[in-house]
Formats: sequence, structure tokens, C-alpha cells
Amino acid sequence: MSMTPDPAASRPARAGARTLAVTSGKGGVGKTFVTANLAAALAARGEKVLVLDADLGLANLDVVLNLHPKLTLHDVFTEKATLEQAILPAPGGFSVLLAGSGMVEYSRLTPEVRDKLLHIIDLVKPRFDWVLLDTGAGISDVVLFAVSLATDVLVVATPEPTSLTDAYATIKVLATQQDRRHVGLVVNQANRTGEGKLICGQLQQVLQRFVGPTPGQPFRLELFGEIKSDQSVRQAVLKRQLMLEHYPGCDAAQSIKALASKLLG
Amino acid sequence: MEHRLPAPPLIDAGTLDLEQALQLLQQAGALLPDERPLSASWLQAVLDALCDLSSKDALTGLVNRRSFEMCLAREVDRVARSGEAALLLMLDIDHFKAVNDTYGHGAGDQVIRAVAGAVAQTVRPMDIVARVGGEEFAIILPNCATHVGLAVAERVRERVSDLNIEIGPGQMLNVSISLGGAFAPQWVRSSPLLWTERADRQLYRAKAEGRNRACLEPQIDSLVSAEEKGMLFASLNLDTQQDLP
Repeated sequence: MSMTPDPAASRPARAGARTLAVTSGKGGVGKTFVTANLAAALAARGEKVLVLDADLGLANLDVVLNLHPKLTLHDVFTEKATLEQAILPAPGGFSVLLAGSGMVEYSRLTPEVRDKLLHIIDLVKPRFDWVLLDTGAGISDVVLFAVSLATDVLVVATPEPTSLTDAYATIKVLATQQDRRHVGLVVNQANRTGEGKLICGQLQQVLQRFVGPTPGQPFRLELFGEIKSDQSVRQAVLKRQLMLEHYPGCDAAQSIKALASKLLG
Repeated sequence: MEHRLPAPPLIDAGTLDLEQALQLLQQAGALLPDERPLSASWLQAVLDALCDLSSKDALTGLVNRRSFEMCLAREVDRVARSGEAALLLMLDIDHFKAVNDTYGHGAGDQVIRAVAGAVAQTVRPMDIVARVGGEEFAIILPNCATHVGLAVAERVRERVSDLNIEIGPGQMLNVSISLGGAFAPQWVRSSPLLWTERADRQLYRAKAEGRNRACLEPQIDSLVSAEEKGMLFASLNLDTQQDLP
């Protein structure tokens, strides 16, 4: 047994940020869009929020937010910058820690990268109310590791069959391998009102049948939000603007604000 | 300058109450050491025998359930830290009850011993083979690449099915085993219980699919079966625009 204490070892709950991982299985379903706008909605409610680009291999939070960072997580890892220097203000009143393009070498986990990420999370947690982890697409070991760093998980899915299948696979892995008993679902690009509820119910049914409840610990998939297809979203994405800032009155913005309220309880 | 720690106080062996320990060893059929009673080598041998008794299965000499659970917990920790792939195989002798019922429990014990020996000889010395129940065994394979997992399980299965087990003078018996396996989630601290459940689920699958076979948990990219997909989309009607109540 190793003599050095493992930073990931279970430790007592501590004051500091709530950590929330946003993941999806399939790429291109609006994971980064949801994360960025949710961060802005939480910030608008007076919360101190950091978004950490945990998509180490193929980060694109900078693209969504139209940021041109000089310093990134990569520089922190290689000790070219301090954490303070790399935490940047983003439009929307929250902070970001961007992975940057130099992170390709970290797209595979090594014990070193693992320990560095754990260390950084530990450093930022006391300084914020929320740390949102924007993970990569897929169910690779890097994504699953990033999710494991968070207390809560939101899975973003669209009503596309491929997206639902990948969301289901992700939730299944989280339930069977990470022992998660509760996962939040956000249905993005919904075509009609009520679709989120329908999809959540269906996923829950299949999970119950195939993942199987551990006695006394039923698995619960909870619908956290339904964001309907919205022309304003398309506009904001193409212009690389934060939707919540530029189209604050649109339906999608209302849905994101409702999602923030739900998280704040 | 040489520093010496003060010598620990010597235990007066005459004051040790070893009666219970010796009784325990005797009941378990452990051979008591030949050395002069209460000599240092005799005491060491008694301690070794007690350690074996608490960590090994008496019938097969394999790691017992208690010890297996400790090894499994340690492996979960190691995998979380190193990211190495590690495989857990659960296996079970097929139709073992019939062996006991037909040939008696003595024959059953012979079969268990023979299977245990064959399994232990098939895997690497670093792997841990445990007897975790009557005719149930488990193997922890640290640092086992995912693409060789099924081959390893198959090799164990073949080795057992090739066995000619002598259960009486001139009386030979063949048995088969079913195996189920799952890899530990890399980098992520999981629980030994979850890992065992996942491997057990595959063992049930191997039994249900006809026994004498090895089933491993599907890799993540083929995690969703056709049956699951069918149920997922059974009543969704995603192609309509109509709002729902």
C-alpha cells in the first residue's frame, strides 16, 4: 500500500464549491453551450462560478465564448503560469479555466495528469461557490475521470436517437461503475413542450430494467431542464455570443434560468 | 556513532496462553510444528499456521473469502491511482450439486481441489485465485490488458474442461466451469462490491447462455444492447412536433 495519502481518498465533506460535471455521451448536443449559459445564470444570481474546461484533448469552451486566452490549464500544468493567472473572466460574470490547444498531450490520463487535476480542483474549490466541469464527448476514461471529480452530474441530451442512446450508455456506466444513485438530465433542442419529461421517463424505465436497482438504493434520473429549439440559440452560437447576455428574453434563456434556480434549490 | 534502539522487552513464552490457538489449529487439521514447544522457531511456526488459517482456504490452499475481499479493495485503490486495467473473474463449477449427489461429498472435494489447482496453474503468479464459496472461485488479475481478458478467461475454462479428475480408484470425472468477468473502472475509485456485482452479472449470463463458457462485460462502446435500444425508443415518437400534456 502506498504511504503517500491519495488526494482522491474519501474525505469528509468540506466547505467550498459545489462541483457539477456536465457531460453527454454524444458530442455536439450543446454541452458547452449549456455549461457556459448555466454559469452565467448562476452568476446572475450572485454565485461565484468557475467553469473548468475538462475536455483536455479537444477543448472548445474558448470557441463558444470567443475568448483568446494567453494562459491556460496547460501553462498551470507545466508551471509556466500560476493558477491565479490562468483563471480568466468570461462574459456573463463568471470565471473560466481553459484547457487550451496545448492539452492534446493530456488527452490520455496518466497518474501525473490525474494528480494535477485533483490538485487544481482542490485549490479552486474553496474560492468559488460552483465549479462546473465541462467534460469532453464520449465515455472515455478521461471523461469518466472528470465526471468522478464532481459531486453532481448533469447529462445533456437532444431528442436525437443517437444522442439518447449515448446518454443512456453514459448514465449506465455512471450508475454501474461510479456508484452514482442520482443523475440530472437536461434535454436540449426539444421539439415540443413536455418532451424532456417523456424522454426522462423512458430513460428511467430502461435503466430500471437493465441497470437494476441495488437493494435499498434505487437509481434516480431527474429531469433538470428542457431547452426548446430556439432560433436565438442558433444566432448566439454562430456569433459566438453568450445567449444569456445577448438574447436574455428568449425561451431558451428562460429555461437556463429555471435550471439555475433548480440547482440553487 | 552507532545508535542503538533500546531492546524491546522480551516476552516470557511461558506466560503465553496458546491453548486456544493450538486447539484451533488442531481442529483445522493443521500440522503442529516439530520444533521444541515454546522455542522461537516453534512459536514462529504456530504464528505462520495461524496466518494461513485466517487467510487461506483449508480444502484448496487458495486465498479465502476474507483475504480475497482485502485484496480486491486494495486493487480498486491501485487501479484508481495508476489507471491500469485490472480484470476480476468469478467462476463456478457447472452442475456441482449433481457431482455431490451422485458421487458423494468426498468426490465433490476432489473436484474442488482439482479445479482449484488447475486454475491456479493457468494464471500468472501475481494473480490472486480465491475460493469464495462452495464451488465458487474468483481471480483478480492486476495489469491485464482489456483485449486479452476474454482469452485469459477462455484459457482457464479450457484447462478445467481438459482435467481428468480421479474421484475413486480408476473412476475419472470431467467437469466444466462458467466464468464471468469485468474490468475495474480505471482512474476512478469504485467499490469492491460494485466490481464483484458486475463480474457476477456476467457469470449469470454465462450460466444462462448454457454454461461451460466465459462472458465478459461488453466494452463501453458496445454497452447498449439491441434490447435496450428497442425499449428506449419503444414509445417515444420523436418524429412528431405535437406538444405533450
